[in-house]
Amino acid sequence: MNTAIITVILTLCKLALIFGVVLSMAAYLVLAERKLLGRMQLRYGPNRIGPGGMIQPLCDVIKLITKEDFIPERADKWLFLFAPGLTALTALLSFAVVPFAPPVTLFGQELPMVVCDLNIGLLYLLGLSSLGVYGVVLGGWASNSKYSLLGAMRSLGQLLSYELAMGLALIPVVLSAKSFSITEIVMSQATLPNLVKHPLAFLIFMISVAAESKRTPFDMPEAENEIVGGFHTEYSGMRFGLFFVGEYINLIVIGAMVTVLFLGGWHGPLLPPVAWFLIKVLFVAFVFIWARGSMPRPRYDQLMRFGWTVMIPIGVINILLTAAVLLAINS
Amino acid sequence: MTLWRDIKGTLQPFWITLGYLFQKPVTIQYPEVKRTPPPRYRARIVLTRDPDGGERCVACHLCSGACPVDCISMQAAEDADGRRYAAWFRINFSRCIFCGLCAEACPTLAIQMTPDYEICNRDILNLVYEKEDLLIDGCGKDTQYNFYEHAGIGVANERGRNQDEYGPVDPKSLLP
Amino acid sequence: MASIMFYLLSLILLTATLLCIFQRNPVHAVLYLVLGFFSLAIMFYLLGAPLVAAWEVIVYAGAIMVLFLFIIMMLGLAPQDRPEGPGWQRWLPFVILMAAVLACTLVIIALDPAATAQGEPYSLGPQDFGEALFGKYALAVQVVSFQLLFAAVGAYNLGRIQRGKGKP
Repeated sequence: MNTAIITVILTLCKLALIFGVVLSMAAYLVLAERKLLGRMQLRYGPNRIGPGGMIQPLCDVIKLITKEDFIPERADKWLFLFAPGLTALTALLSFAVVPFAPPVTLFGQELPMVVCDLNIGLLYLLGLSSLGVYGVVLGGWASNSKYSLLGAMRSLGQLLSYELAMGLALIPVVLSAKSFSITEIVMSQATLPNLVKHPLAFLIFMISVAAESKRTPFDMPEAENEIVGGFHTEYSGMRFGLFFVGEYINLIVIGAMVTVLFLGGWHGPLLPPVAWFLIKVLFVAFVFIWARGSMPRPRYDQLMRFGWTVMIPIGVINILLTAAVLLAINS
Repeated sequence: MTLWRDIKGTLQPFWITLGYLFQKPVTIQYPEVKRTPPPRYRARIVLTRDPDGGERCVACHLCSGACPVDCISMQAAEDADGRRYAAWFRINFSRCIFCGLCAEACPTLAIQMTPDYEICNRDILNLVYEKEDLLIDGCGKDTQYNFYEHAGIGVANERGRNQDEYGPVDPKSLLP
Repeated sequence: MASIMFYLLSLILLTATLLCIFQRNPVHAVLYLVLGFFSLAIMFYLLGAPLVAAWEVIVYAGAIMVLFLFIIMMLGLAPQDRPEGPGWQRWLPFVILMAAVLACTLVIIALDPAATAQGEPYSLGPQDFGEALFGKYALAVQVVSFQLLFAAVGAYNLGRIQRGKGKP
């Protein structure tokens, strides 16, 4: 019984730790994105408040909280109020299965450095990322505005097409790790990260995950210069803030996913495992910010055609090739 | 090779933005660093004096007529010697668009644009500039020009009494 | 405990499905259906098939219902005489059912934090699932997938814009 209590307390500690780290990382990722984008466009980002703009996220939050929480007339009120929370919630829940360090021994028992080591953790991540679209879609539909509806529909179509490619890119990883458990996938990359083993799958995964999380080369659902703000056109104040924070938590989730699935998780020389994990997550986040600074937005039909005629066939061929090679090695 | 071109076109922007990341930004940090605007920059409007120290403005209303946003208003008055001046002169800078048409319209070079762009204010009524706020002690851009040396000389006499001058037209008369 | 939760979840499932049928607004109906799929997924989990539970969420709640929403939005099926700001009572069942599903999930996580379902003698892992799908029932799976392919080809043929005739 005593060990059970310790387990519960430690789990709660891990939860609080992850919650705090992820939320503050999301807040500062906003600042980092603004500053990096600024430097890529030969300007300084926000640098007025605090040293180097370090207090900017706090000011943004204060601004968002004190703004009017506006509900459009004839909107579906409860759905409208409920949708932004759903986006942030699904993004936060994804962290439950991400292992950020090898198990450590504390108080005489082995403690896995993950909130919940599901043996189908990968499917859990996929499920949550596909549920994340509900917040966007319901918010866009409930706003009762054309632009929001267009944004919601684009988001739906984009998610449906790129989720397939994402799933196809993950199958080689599962094939070589022989498990859906994320901890075991990380363990299987102790010597060689999956990036080297499955470069094509990595490429497909990066592109489709960017499309699925609406990062900028693929941010058609919220394309400001075509459909105003897409699904969040009618949102203001902290509800918009929740969408916004959800997007950045999602960026960290993507970073964590790419890290554990392709970059070898916490494995790395010299530095402690948690540091390696953080470095890799932040590097992936930087790559996405970099892509935002570099790439123009394609047209929506170009995006869909690319997804269905390029990504998915390449994904299928990649699975077949990987399976053949693995079969040849094992036999 | 369109595929090669596409791959190159996808990767090149990444290289360029990475290069920009390590360059010094071109931003001028405004409150600490201030640019000197060029001399012909159009910002705060002033009323200038001629080299003798008299007001150049003759209250002809041309500036107020040229102003597209109607932000200039004045009332004309006459001296004892018949020299016209503005009894009051008002520019509402909260409406002014700094187009410079008033300065172009001015026949006496009285109204001029200066490069002083820092005139914003928290109270909008502080942006209504009266004549005493507008009138400066210098000549502005042309330090030589004096309207009364070219026109209107000798207004000391009554109108129409000067040499080579017709009397004023009587608008009430039917004769040509 | 597990049986109590099973019956509770089946009750939620039935209520959600009934509410789905009786909703006038198609988007709300889809939401109730999604809720039903969630409770179904948890039931599968209780029965020792976490993989099926995950597929239930990914495929049904995450893909097929999303497709339903897409079609509903594209056709603009939302009723035009929507009342202004639906009252609290209209969402009460959804909130209660959702809370019950979340409570069940929490209880499961609290009982079995590692979520390995070790005590279950009939736990179904990914390997067993795959072997059953592509070994024992391979023929049935092929037949069903061919049926889906025929349906897709048929739908494409029906929806094709014929030359000279405009849209069918």
